[in-house]
Amino acid sequence: MSAKPVNAAIEGWHTLNTDKPQLLGSRCDSCGTYYFPKMLKYCRNPGCDSSDFSEVPLSRTGKIWSYTNACYKPPEPFVADDPFVPYAIAAVELAEEQMIVLGQVIKGVDVDQLKVGMDVELVLETLHETEEDTKVTWKWKPVA
Amino acid sequence: MSNDIAILGVGMHPWGKWGNNFVEYGVHAARAAIADAGIDWKDVGFVSGAATMRNGYPGYVAGATFAQALGWQGAEVNTSYAACASGSQALAAARTKILSGECEVALVVGADTTPKGFLAPAKGYRPEDPDWVRFYLGITNPTYFALYARRRMDVYGDTEEDFGLVKVKNSEHGFTNPNARYKKKFTLDDVAQSAMVADPLRLLNVCATSDGGAAMIVCSMDYAKKMGKGDAVKVAAISTVTPTFASEVVEMPDISTDSAAAAGVEAHRFRASLPVKAYEEAGIGPEDVSVAEVYDLSSALELDWYEDLQFCKRGEAAQLVREGVTKLGGRLPVNTSGGLACFGEAVPAQALAQVCELTWQLRGQAGDRQVDNAKVGITANQGLFGHGSSVIVKR
Repeated sequence: MSAKPVNAAIEGWHTLNTDKPQLLGSRCDSCGTYYFPKMLKYCRNPGCDSSDFSEVPLSRTGKIWSYTNACYKPPEPFVADDPFVPYAIAAVELAEEQMIVLGQVIKGVDVDQLKVGMDVELVLETLHETEEDTKVTWKWKPVA
Repeated sequence: MSNDIAILGVGMHPWGKWGNNFVEYGVHAARAAIADAGIDWKDVGFVSGAATMRNGYPGYVAGATFAQALGWQGAEVNTSYAACASGSQALAAARTKILSGECEVALVVGADTTPKGFLAPAKGYRPEDPDWVRFYLGITNPTYFALYARRRMDVYGDTEEDFGLVKVKNSEHGFTNPNARYKKKFTLDDVAQSAMVADPLRLLNVCATSDGGAAMIVCSMDYAKKMGKGDAVKVAAISTVTPTFASEVVEMPDISTDSAAAAGVEAHRFRASLPVKAYEEAGIGPEDVSVAEVYDLSSALELDWYEDLQFCKRGEAAQLVREGVTKLGGRLPVNTSGGLACFGEAVPAQALAQVCELTWQLRGQAGDRQVDNAKVGITANQGLFGHGSSVIVKR
């Protein structure tokens, strides 16, 4: 492993602190609807016409709504390890935000270790490397 | 006043994978529908096409493309795009034109051809495009269907074998369908031995993309009577409602759902809302349905549809397939055509193909696939970006 700089795979979508990272979303100042990815222009609640939003960090723990895995290499822009290593994916319910967010599950955890309703927390893990840096993204990790 | 219109003719080009120009499939289907209706092409006053997004400009203006291919004769044209519901929206446009009295006879047609390999998004760094985001993060189409399937297993106790039973049933149904692409009677063992794609879905649980074309001639009830076909199969309802905020289920290509955190906002299930309007409009209920065609993008998704169409309570769909209720010979056969399992998806043609199958069923012309005394049929499908449809036909 090199000492390459660490950057977010998608800039500005989560904090970069390795201890307790959080997704960065937004919240409508008028009705309280949350958005991830963040929305700063128009509220999609049909009962609200606000255009004022605050950027907010989202809950970093939630419960698994469902889960699966990827047994085959996805097409670009996904950057696959060679050889391709399958990974699990979880859809996670955030209680405060009342929304579901998808993400990969950390390396080494497959579907047989997951269950609907399981508590998970958000962590950062490498998505792929480039020549200049290591691209990290959010992943879900079962809470021990 | 009745909002019924008559289905005078239906026609299809078989599904397959040849990569030919989509126009030839559409023309083949349209000519078959015109012949089936017993009218002349020049009698058609409105051509309503379902667009294809993969064939350049001719695909974006499919209505005009088909009208030109059949020979310009002055008819008005329209083109609809609504992902998997494109065919239903094209049908809805024709119905509106007919019921408003602006035209008597309309041709509705959709066709597609498929490129080889993955439909990958455009390159570059494009985080504003949810389709780019999800592929970058490693989330493909089967991911979404596998999430729905796994949730059924963990919450309702469905098994991989239940999903296999759906595939086995549909492959038996499609075996004798001349328009189906895959004609093989798969066994539970074949499904279980096929490669895992996205746990719990295996290769034989997910549908392919295909070439194909489907068309219908629809007309006013007065015109049908004039033709001596007052007893033709009728379109009794077309629902193309959009979701209601907040949408509860994570849908392709998004990586999140709406938030239901605001006061007065509840989470809603989009799929379940589609047939509600159709049943209301037709003035009938799920207990009246004799046969259904539903969008089995995965064999597990077919079970979700049973519940969304109110054929059973939520969580009880697997019981219907286990007991053979939805198999030919059962009380409520589903996907007698063979469904997407035997066809593969030809997006702009698929919703029309569903109606073609139901028309043959209600006329008693479905051959080995015939459901006894079929009187009412319903379709259901759902696609990207809040598109979906449910069509009811009756005798």
